[in-house]
Amino acid sequence: MPFEYRGDIANADVAFNAWADTLEELFREAARATMRVMIDDLAAIRATQTVELQLDQESEEMLLFDFLSELIFYKDARRQLLLPAQLAFYKTDTGFGLKGTLQGEEIDMARHEMSTDVKAVTMLRFSLARLAEGWRATVVLDV
Amino acid sequence: MTVPAALKRISANIWELPVSYKEGMLVPARIFATEKLIQEMDAGVFEQVSNVATLPGIQRYAYCMPDGHWGYGFPIGGVAAMDPGTGVISPGGIGFDINCGMRLVLTNLTADQVRPKLHQLIDRLFARIPTGVGCHGFVKLKQDDFRSVVQQGSRWCLKQGFATQDDLLMTEEGGCFPGADASHISEKAIERGYNQLGTLGSGNHYCEIQVAKPENIWDAERAEAFGLTVPNQVVVMFHCGSRGFGHQVATDYLKLFLSVMGRKYGIRLVDRELACAPFHSPEGQAYFSAMKCAVNMAFANRQVILHRIREVFSDLFQASPDDLGMRMVYDVAHNTAKLEKHKANSGQKEFLIHRKGSTRAFGPGTPGLPECYQNTGQPVIIGGSMETGSYLLSGMSSGADAFFTTAHGSGRTMSRHQAKKSFRGDKLQRDMEARGIYVRTDSFGGLAEEAGDAYKDIDEVVEATELAGLSKRVARLVPIGNIKG
Repeated sequence: MPFEYRGDIANADVAFNAWADTLEELFREAARATMRVMIDDLAAIRATQTVELQLDQESEEMLLFDFLSELIFYKDARRQLLLPAQLAFYKTDTGFGLKGTLQGEEIDMARHEMSTDVKAVTMLRFSLARLAEGWRATVVLDV
Repeated sequence: MTVPAALKRISANIWELPVSYKEGMLVPARIFATEKLIQEMDAGVFEQVSNVATLPGIQRYAYCMPDGHWGYGFPIGGVAAMDPGTGVISPGGIGFDINCGMRLVLTNLTADQVRPKLHQLIDRLFARIPTGVGCHGFVKLKQDDFRSVVQQGSRWCLKQGFATQDDLLMTEEGGCFPGADASHISEKAIERGYNQLGTLGSGNHYCEIQVAKPENIWDAERAEAFGLTVPNQVVVMFHCGSRGFGHQVATDYLKLFLSVMGRKYGIRLVDRELACAPFHSPEGQAYFSAMKCAVNMAFANRQVILHRIREVFSDLFQASPDDLGMRMVYDVAHNTAKLEKHKANSGQKEFLIHRKGSTRAFGPGTPGLPECYQNTGQPVIIGGSMETGSYLLSGMSSGADAFFTTAHGSGRTMSRHQAKKSFRGDKLQRDMEARGIYVRTDSFGGLAEEAGDAYKDIDEVVEATELAGLSKRVARLVPIGNIKG
């Protein structure tokens, strides 16, 4: 199970756990979990627009916070529904970086059945951890 | 059963967690609730209100209102007053949707006059007020103009013809928090918000047509003072905030505070979502100013929406907004931090009041209230679920201990995820129509999340506020139509 919504944290908001073998897959799953709150059918998003992504943070955990916040930003600023296309992680002098692309399209009410808006990623119980096998994240989104 | 054993009953409707409940608590935590509401409260409330009690500079008590539920950082319904000299400011005590709030507008129409045109009215409101995920507004602005909006709030709307002077008088702080400086706002926040002025958003945001039935008037004198003078009078209530702009401001400063809180100011907290900075630090002051920009954006947003509502009514009922009696009762903010003077041991003292999912409720005679409400106390607008009804309350003199604050809504009891599994949006829409409530929405999934059964009993919540001396019931308002974001 790559991600699972949780009903036992912050019931006015949306919480999820995500698991993956690699950090890159974990980021992809967390992106899917976040976007699924806003649009039920992720397959309805066509990859017709590309946005460049470049983030630097002190930790991989805060990199995930920034990464999910970018998806939420583009939804408002450009009405774009985006999912990660290419992701490349690297170490920096002060922490970790992520370079890549997001792909998707502008919201089209004729094809996209929208659900509930996501306002922000919160720090409540926010975590990203490397396990013996793979990675796990817990995220609470403000909706 | 989630109620901690350490919770003490102070009086019939006031409960307290002592400072011994959790390491680091500086003051006790107090929750206003009936026995039923306290038993139903989720565990997160007790955890979070006691976390709030550990914030540096907190005064008197960390409070939670009867509609309290599990939030992030503060519980929803949380209130904390800080000493501005020694205390902190925390975005987690305000929320991401800065100045999410309620506005109530009168008409002189009755339910009998509106019913025959209800579908047209709701359809037109739904067509004319942008709703849903990522919606953009009808006011087209350049980014520089948007900077004026966030610095001036409703005053900008007045200049542009979207407001009347009377609207500003009937808005908390006149629809503009002074000291909002857009230089403290990121380009990202501007880019995210400048095209969202005049949009409702999604989630629990809505615009509702309601009726004040004679049997639901609790305090006839105050109801009349608030403008409810006709039996079965129709009113318009709506709920929305500062949209993506406010969300980005909160995100930006949450990250900034996380980076300086421990490193620069040596503050260690139990929950990172409570990230804070000393109020008088450069970061604290920058956030306070940026937060005011978001507060003003929300006032302007509700004002522009009101302009649209007036246009729709005017077109449909072929009369001017004035002739339709479309005056504002009041506009209240839910998610803010404000410097306010309140009674303290040695006379009056200034406090930085954080209110998150709670409403300022000034009692009679409080400076800052419009002249017409000096005898009644401040109108307080409590939004219930779209199925059950809402309330108009008034602030009470006895609310002074809680810094004149009361509840803000019904408060959720069921998670959104659970509600979506339990209810079907399309069926809910049909069932509500059968009960005389016509709803339009962009999202049946979103509608299901807002089902009445996902919320606490609104009657119980407002009764608890009255019994605790925070706010008095004036009128219950029942919905007949709703556009849901």
